[in-house]
Amino acid sequence: MARYPKPVEGSWTEHYPGLGTEPISYEDSISPDFYELEREAIFKRAWLKVGRVEQIPRTGSFFTKDISAAKTSLIMVRDGDDVRAFHNVCRHRGNKLVWQDYPQVEISGTTRQFTCKYHGWRFGLDGACTFAQQEGEFFDLDRADYGLVPVHCEVFAGFIFVNLAKEPTQSLREFLGPMILGMEGYPFHEMTDRYAFRVECRANWKVFSDAFMEFYHAPVVHLGNYYPPTLRPTINQMGYEAPHYQLDGPHGLVTTAGGLHREWEMPPENVKASDLATRSGLFGPWDQPDLGELPPGINPGKINPWGLSSFQFFPNFAILVWQAGWYNTHQFWPTSHNTVVFEGDVYSLPAKTASERVGREVAAATFKEYSLQDANTLEATQLGLEAGVVDRFPLNDQEVLVRNFHKVVGDWVADHQRSRMKG
Amino acid sequence: MLPTEFADLEPFAERWSLATEAERWEQRMSTPMDDMQAFYDASLPRIEEALAYCDKFPLDDLPDDAVHLLRLVYSFVLVSFPIELWRQPYPPDTKGTSFDRYVEPLP
Repeated sequence: MARYPKPVEGSWTEHYPGLGTEPISYEDSISPDFYELEREAIFKRAWLKVGRVEQIPRTGSFFTKDISAAKTSLIMVRDGDDVRAFHNVCRHRGNKLVWQDYPQVEISGTTRQFTCKYHGWRFGLDGACTFAQQEGEFFDLDRADYGLVPVHCEVFAGFIFVNLAKEPTQSLREFLGPMILGMEGYPFHEMTDRYAFRVECRANWKVFSDAFMEFYHAPVVHLGNYYPPTLRPTINQMGYEAPHYQLDGPHGLVTTAGGLHREWEMPPENVKASDLATRSGLFGPWDQPDLGELPPGINPGKINPWGLSSFQFFPNFAILVWQAGWYNTHQFWPTSHNTVVFEGDVYSLPAKTASERVGREVAAATFKEYSLQDANTLEATQLGLEAGVVDRFPLNDQEVLVRNFHKVVGDWVADHQRSRMKG
Repeated sequence: MLPTEFADLEPFAERWSLATEAERWEQRMSTPMDDMQAFYDASLPRIEEALAYCDKFPLDDLPDDAVHLLRLVYSFVLVSFPIELWRQPYPPDTKGTSFDRYVEPLP
């Protein structure tokens, strides 16, 4: 018996025609050939989030981002009100333009211009080539022909996105669509206290993303984190149901119900002593900031009490907005068909006191404990899939976003192959 | 290292008053559970007073001893998970991976 009402079709999955209900293949997550197709069809065509505007606060502030799936590195730089993106490649002889000490490591900083470490060519913040070493030695060289290669770059709610296509088929806002755009107005720009985490894992990028699209695994993978331990069998038996799922184009949303975060209303013996002492826990600080009225798009299912909304941006980014007044992000950057860099960030309003800072520390520390459990489990999943002994995997209604995600990936790859054949 | 009011926690300061999460995590992984339990038991009844003490100062202008105390509270948070939940330093079934914090607000 469902705890929450389902759409009239009887399930979230059947509410979206075309998803089907049959078991799915995970060949897309173990095939090196399929990954090669994804690189072209997805990572060189979709809008990819690469950072936030706060990372480049003034003219000349920049950061680099290496996108292994697209075999390139990018420079994002602020020039006045503009945020620009370029391929991180010197136009003289192809040297990676911006790096320090280690060519494979991303960096950030502030500069007036970019100078190549190889032969000293220089480029302005607008990408124009401003200096060629011993220019007179070249043959009919017009520096105007040798600016940095620009990349389409647009900003949504302070998140910087790039698109590596020569001509993207959609603007960023068209690509994001109304469900994601509904987040606009949330005070992301005020949440500048940031805890950032990173690890490279041995799992396909989609296998990794899958675990962050459903909470069906939570009462199993994370069972040991529930308190008190005597409640764990009940939690495990109850399983997990979300009150609201939504799809919009390639993107997905899952909302959880609230209530559990209200630890201060629970019998103290059911609350961890450290939570009582710090007035914070898994769901964040108990003393919540007043963010004013949130945009209705943050909770489009109008779930009351509301817990969190997890917005899944195709292809590799997610924002989780928590009822307690903070948010975190996940991003999954493939480095091969079975390895991925997992980036997790926790953001909140700047702490004004030590107590507030400790409350955020509890949330950030908890995020790490949970993420470790996910990451290790997903390496095990990859091993199981690569055994190749099973080719049909059943997905339930709580895994509707997983089902949609693999379908969209397949559709984008097929679509790209068709357009290449035509071309 | 700590304010005189917290002299009872001084024996734990050298090991646990660490500036970054990376150092605190390393300490958690290499400390026997009994030692962690002793630190947890001594700290738990003092956390609220420690926070009240630190809150008397602007967060961006804490005296050194208050910074040391705040770092001790961060370590308390980090050891609370093994002590309260798992009775082991790692979350269950996570030894094969890591998740490194490389940006955090200071102090």
